[in-house]
Amino acid sequence: MAASAEPPAAAGAPGSVAEVREALARVDYLADEPAALVSFLSQRLDKPVLVEGPAGVGKTELAKALSRATGRELIRLQCYEGLDEAKALYEWNYRKQLLRIQAGGEAGWEEVHGDIFDREFLLTRPLMQAIASPDPVVLLIDEIDKTDQEFEAMLLELLSDFQITIPELGRIEAQTMPIVVLTSNNVRELTEALKRRCLYLWLDYPTVEREMEIVRLHAPDLPEHLARRLVEVIQMVRELDLKKPPSIAESIDWARTLLLMGAEDIDQDVFEQSISIIVKHRTDIDLVSERVGVKLADPLRQQG
Amino acid sequence: MPTPYGNRAEAGPPGLAPKLLAFCEELRSEGVAVGTSEILDAFAALEKVPWTDPDDFRETLAATIAKSQEDRRVFELIFDRFFFRAAEAEAVQRGIGEQGQRFEGGDRLDLEGLREAVRQAIVAGNDGEMRDLARLAISAFGRRGEGSGVVGVDVQRIRRTLGLTTGAQPPTEEGEEQPRIDRADLTRFERMLRRELERGLIERTQALPPSRPLAELDRALPSSPSQDLAAVHRAVTRLKRRLATLGHEQRGRRRSRVVDVRRTMRASLETGGVPLRLRYRPKRPRRPEIYVLCDVSTSVTSASVFFLSVLHALHDSFRKLRSFVFIERISEVTEVFEDERDFRAIAQRISSEGGVADVSGYTDYGRVWLEFLTEIADELDPRSTVIVLGDARTNGREPHAEVFARISERAGRLFWLNPEPKLYWNYGDSVMAAYERYCDGAFECWTTKHLEQFVNIVAGGAPAEA
Repeated sequence: MAASAEPPAAAGAPGSVAEVREALARVDYLADEPAALVSFLSQRLDKPVLVEGPAGVGKTELAKALSRATGRELIRLQCYEGLDEAKALYEWNYRKQLLRIQAGGEAGWEEVHGDIFDREFLLTRPLMQAIASPDPVVLLIDEIDKTDQEFEAMLLELLSDFQITIPELGRIEAQTMPIVVLTSNNVRELTEALKRRCLYLWLDYPTVEREMEIVRLHAPDLPEHLARRLVEVIQMVRELDLKKPPSIAESIDWARTLLLMGAEDIDQDVFEQSISIIVKHRTDIDLVSERVGVKLADPLRQQG
Repeated sequence: MPTPYGNRAEAGPPGLAPKLLAFCEELRSEGVAVGTSEILDAFAALEKVPWTDPDDFRETLAATIAKSQEDRRVFELIFDRFFFRAAEAEAVQRGIGEQGQRFEGGDRLDLEGLREAVRQAIVAGNDGEMRDLARLAISAFGRRGEGSGVVGVDVQRIRRTLGLTTGAQPPTEEGEEQPRIDRADLTRFERMLRRELERGLIERTQALPPSRPLAELDRALPSSPSQDLAAVHRAVTRLKRRLATLGHEQRGRRRSRVVDVRRTMRASLETGGVPLRLRYRPKRPRRPEIYVLCDVSTSVTSASVFFLSVLHALHDSFRKLRSFVFIERISEVTEVFEDERDFRAIAQRISSEGGVADVSGYTDYGRVWLEFLTEIADELDPRSTVIVLGDARTNGREPHAEVFARISERAGRLFWLNPEPKLYWNYGDSVMAAYERYCDGAFECWTTKHLEQFVNIVAGGAPAEA
């Protein structure tokens, strides 16, 4: 296994978990202990990471931050229903192939045949790019749960051996070890086979303290008491049974909005005005103003 | 070496590797699929991580072994228990104990002071302090000579003696308000108590109590409405997605597809009129019309709360869904679900205006079928799916299986979900066999996993993978 022969890519791998966390923090991603640890392990063991969790907790952001922190290029494959090999791996450029055949004129079949299945006629797609890239990259396979099981099965070869087999060309092996991050919103259960090949990371909504750090990192002008208030309200909102609970990105947006509004405190007025930043469904908005809005200070009463 | 309390605690072979293997074995016995490759990964990962740090050690194992949130939950429970027991067994073997200085100082604190200290520690969430206080509490409790010898009972007694409750706390004597105590926080303190009690017990008896499998309750269906409605919603959302993507899956299988000549010709223009690519007619996914009949009588009380929440979630996802509840008579509640979003309000409205004629509280399946047949069955057609949620316990009344058979004939598919384990079917007044003959499928359904398996079948997919 990987332990026996140290692969070349591991040369630039980080030495400790703390190192990874600092590197991520430098590029504005505050990783918690498990996230830093798994990122570290994935680089040391050359294993893909499967990140699951509710929407908007920074799963995709983790991959982006890893790419920034390691200085590697980010190659992203956005999954959707009906995604197939031609879109994800490679495709033969058949128009060009047709042209080659027509331009070849009198050339014999043997000659042309060898020619048209050459790399020149291969259109590389994200997965192929990640494998063939001479520089190490970060490969992000986003929302893997949106694809069907057949596609997952196709990924297995790539994830365990970092290679792709093309019938006409043979096996293409990775020249450098990419960091692979798969994200899933847990829409459907992924297959055991896929999970078996990955390290598993569950990202959840952050604690009050951590979310405060994150918010203040992205909106540094926000006074501390307001940030705390904001995060507390957000956490209250998340506890309700909403169609779409507010994500971290929305907390940050809200923080910036409050700054623009010049709000001193989050009272009912401010809340009513800016509620659409954090909740985006009609029914959710009703529920939130009914349950959370009333708990906030009423500006009129406060003055009187 | 046996002790009066069973075999003397054995630490097992020394070293980390056998311990880890035993740990994985225990996880497997709780239903977590731990493969050999995962164990290898765990070992490889531990080489890279300083496992002197308990958090890193735990997270490393979790990342390589527990591959879903549910597995992770089981992992946490087993991890705590396993390494606690391993450490205690080792301590017994090496004769390390703290008998002398154990639980000292309990006499210096009065109950009132202790209670306040515990409350503060719980609110502050300070683990170390909670543990120390748990020891103090046990010591104070032991002095009063009330130990029952059963750990679980003692934990609850100590909690009651200390007057610890969840929710709002009574104000202090000076009239200051106290912060609330969450269920989760109190549970943490209870866990400390339990652990310290067990530790004392192991030291006294020199034997490990037998380890029991995790309580089934821990992983069974949510039985109270507020408990985990979200889990059911998630399962049903998945159901919805399965139904929505069904057509696409079949497209992938390339079975019995029809070539769309017009689109093929159109596409061939790109390649100079050579139809290199065949275009197919898309398959329309089946959009089922669902009728759900839900038993809400007392014999299925705990299950019907769950079933109602399933109904609630279904209503969120399907437009063509009609739901009925029944005890002695049947009553349509589709509107209730459409009007209300809040689950509690729904439960209340169903019990107040459901009109299920709850005279005796006993289910009358025969009558329910008759009513369903006369009132609704005309609307059934081969595209409709009927789902019955009930235990088929007729209380000795006429089952009218022949009426049920006629409903089955009219409906396209008919499924029965029974909240009882299969073992209990046809025992006592359960007449499951009489109905099962006419069902396209009868399933036991008391965990979310069961629900998901069923989901796969309704969606018309392959008969559930286990």
